[in-house]
Amino acid sequence: MTTTTQRVRRVLARPETGALIGALAVYAFFFAVAPTFRQFDSLATVLYQSSTLGIMGLSVALLMIGGEFDLSAGVAVTTSSLTASMFAFQLTLNVWMGVLVALVLALAIGAFNGIMLVKTGLPSFLITLGTFLMLQGLNLAVTKAITGHVATDSIRDMDGFDQARDLFASSVSIGGTGIRITVLWWLGFALLATWVLLRTTYGNWIFAVGGHRDSARAVGVPVTFVKVSLFMLVGFTAWFVGMHQLFAFNTIQSGGGVGNELLYIAAAVIGGCLLTGGFGSIPGPVIGAFLFGMVSQGIVYANWDADWFMFFLGSVLLLATLLNLYVRKQATTRRLT
Amino acid sequence: MKRAHRSALAALVAAGALLAAGCSSDSGGKAAQDRAEEGEVGQADTPRMTVALITHGAPGDTFWDTVREGAETAAHKSNAELIYSSDPSVSGQANLIQNAIDQDVDGIAVSLANPEGLSGAIAQAREAGIPVVGLNSGMDAWRDLDLLSFFGQDEIVSGRAFGERLDEIGAEHTVCVIHEQGNVGHEARCAGVAEAFDGETEVLYVEGADMPSVRSTIEAKLRQDDSIDYVVALGAPFALTAVDSVADAGSDAEIATFDLNTELVTSIEEGDIQFAVDQQPYLQGYLAIDCLWLYHTNGNFSGGGEQPVLTGPAFVDGENIDTIADFARNGTR
Repeated sequence: MTTTTQRVRRVLARPETGALIGALAVYAFFFAVAPTFRQFDSLATVLYQSSTLGIMGLSVALLMIGGEFDLSAGVAVTTSSLTASMFAFQLTLNVWMGVLVALVLALAIGAFNGIMLVKTGLPSFLITLGTFLMLQGLNLAVTKAITGHVATDSIRDMDGFDQARDLFASSVSIGGTGIRITVLWWLGFALLATWVLLRTTYGNWIFAVGGHRDSARAVGVPVTFVKVSLFMLVGFTAWFVGMHQLFAFNTIQSGGGVGNELLYIAAAVIGGCLLTGGFGSIPGPVIGAFLFGMVSQGIVYANWDADWFMFFLGSVLLLATLLNLYVRKQATTRRLT
Repeated sequence: MKRAHRSALAALVAAGALLAAGCSSDSGGKAAQDRAEEGEVGQADTPRMTVALITHGAPGDTFWDTVREGAETAAHKSNAELIYSSDPSVSGQANLIQNAIDQDVDGIAVSLANPEGLSGAIAQAREAGIPVVGLNSGMDAWRDLDLLSFFGQDEIVSGRAFGERLDEIGAEHTVCVIHEQGNVGHEARCAGVAEAFDGETEVLYVEGADMPSVRSTIEAKLRQDDSIDYVVALGAPFALTAVDSVADAGSDAEIATFDLNTELVTSIEEGDIQFAVDQQPYLQGYLAIDCLWLYHTNGNFSGGGEQPVLTGPAFVDGENIDTIADFARNGTR
C-alpha cells in the first residue's frame, strides 16, 4: 500500500468529502441544464440563500457532534428578531439596545435548553421540542399583546438602524456583483469553528461528549459546561441570523421560522455529521447548506414546474446523501482489507 | 399445467375488463371534468416574452393554484412564458425575486404578504428595469414600492362586508378561524369582521397544516361555548372542515367563509355552507400577467400608479351559485 493511496483514502473517509462530490455533481448538473445558473449573479443569490441556513448549520453541526439536537433553533431566530425589533421600537431606543437585549435572550434560551437537558437527563429532542412549541406560542402571543398586530412595526427610520444594517445585512460589491455580507460572515464563522474544533481543547471535548458522555466525564471533560455552551452557541447564531432578517426585511412576522430547524439539521447531516453524535466536521455543514441553496434556487433557474419543487429538492438531497454514504463506505472498507 | 394457468389468467382479465366496463360511472369523475373543460383559447402574435409570478402561497394551496390558472391563461394568450414560483417565507420570496432578476424576465408579478420585507428585492428589480405589478395582498404598500398596478381585494373592506352580511342574516356570536398564525391578511379579515359586525367576534387559531387538528380545535371551541352561531373560515378547505366540526360538536352554528373552491360550491348548493366572499383569485392572476403584457407591448397599465384594481369582494351564496358552479368545477373560480 503506497502512501499516496493511503492519503487518498484518508481524504475520502472524511465526513465532508461525499457531500463535496455531491455538491460538485449538483453544480455541474444545474450548470448544464439552466443557463441562468452559470452567471456569477446567480451564484451570489445561491450563496446568499445558503449563508443564513449555513450560519445556523455550523452551530447545529457542532451541537450534533456533541451528541444533541436543537429543534427550537428555527423559531429562536424569529424570537431574536422580534425581541430586538419590539424592544427598540416600543421604548424608542437606539436599535443597538434591542440588538443587545435580543442577544442576551437568545443566549438565555440556549442556556435554558442546555441546563434542562443536563439536569433532567431527558433526550434533547424532547426538551427542545418543548422550547420550540413554547417559543412559537410566545412569538405570536407577545407580539400580538405588545404591538396589537402579528408583525412588528418597521424600525427602518430609527437611530442605529443603518449601522446595524451595515453589519448584518449589507452587500459588498465584488467584481460588479453584490455579495451579501452574510456570505462573508458564514465563511468567517466556519473558519473560526474549524479552528476551534480541530485545534483547541474545547474542540476535543465536543467530540468526546458526543462519542461517550460517561467516558468523557471519567477522563475529566466538563460535560455540563460543554453541552450548555454548545446550546448557547446555537442561541448565538440564531441571534445573528435573526438580526440579519430584521435588518434585511425591516419588519418581522411572528409566525416565521417554523420548520427551519429541520433544514439546519439536514445541512449538518448532508455534510456528514452523524445523527448519533461524535462524528462530523465544519466544512461538512458548509457544503450541506450550499448544496441546499443550490438545489432550491437551481430548480427555479431551470424553470421546472413549481409543483414538483419539493420532490426535486428531496430527491436531489437524497441522491447527494447516498453518494456521500457510498464514497465513505468505499474508503473505509478498502482500508480494512 | 401451464396452459391451465394461462387460460385462467385470460378468464380473469376478461372478467376484470367486463367488470370495469359495467361499473363505469355515468356521472362525475375524470370524464365529467374533461367534458367541462373549455376549448383552446387563441394566442397573440406579439414577440415571445417571459414573465415571473412570485407568490407567498404554500405549495398545494387551492387558492394559489387558481391564481396560477388565471396567470397561465393570460400568459398563454399573450404568447408569454410564465415562471411560477412561491415561498411562504419573506426571505424565500425575496430570493425568488432575485432569482427572476437573474433570469432577466420581462416582468414580475408579486404578492406582497410582507411589503416591507420585499422592498429591497423589488427595488432591485426596478433598478434592473423590470416592471413589477402587485397582486392579492399589499394593498396599502404597493404605491410606495413603485409598482405599476395592483390587483386584489382590500382585506379590511372585505372583512367589513362580511361582517355587515352577518348582521343582515342576524348572527350574534361568531368565531373567526385563523389557520395561519401571523398572516397579516388573515388578521385584517378578522379585524374587518369584528369591526362591522354588531355581535361578538372571537378569534380562534388553528394549525392550518394539520387538518385533523383544525377539525378538533373548532369542535372543541364549539363545545366550550354553545352560544356561537356562526363560524367564519378564512379559506375554503377550512370551511369544509368546519362543517364536520359543527356536526361532531352537535352545534347548530352555521358556516360562512372567505374564498372559494370546487367542493365549497357543492356545499353552498347543498346548504352546508351559507355563503363565501370571493376575491376572484383567477382574475388576480390573469389581470396581473395581462397588465405586464400590455405594458410590454403597448405601454398601458391600470390605475395610474395610484388606484388599485379591486377584484373583490364578490358574494357567492345559494342565489347566484348556479352561475358560478360550472366555472368553479373547472378550478378557475
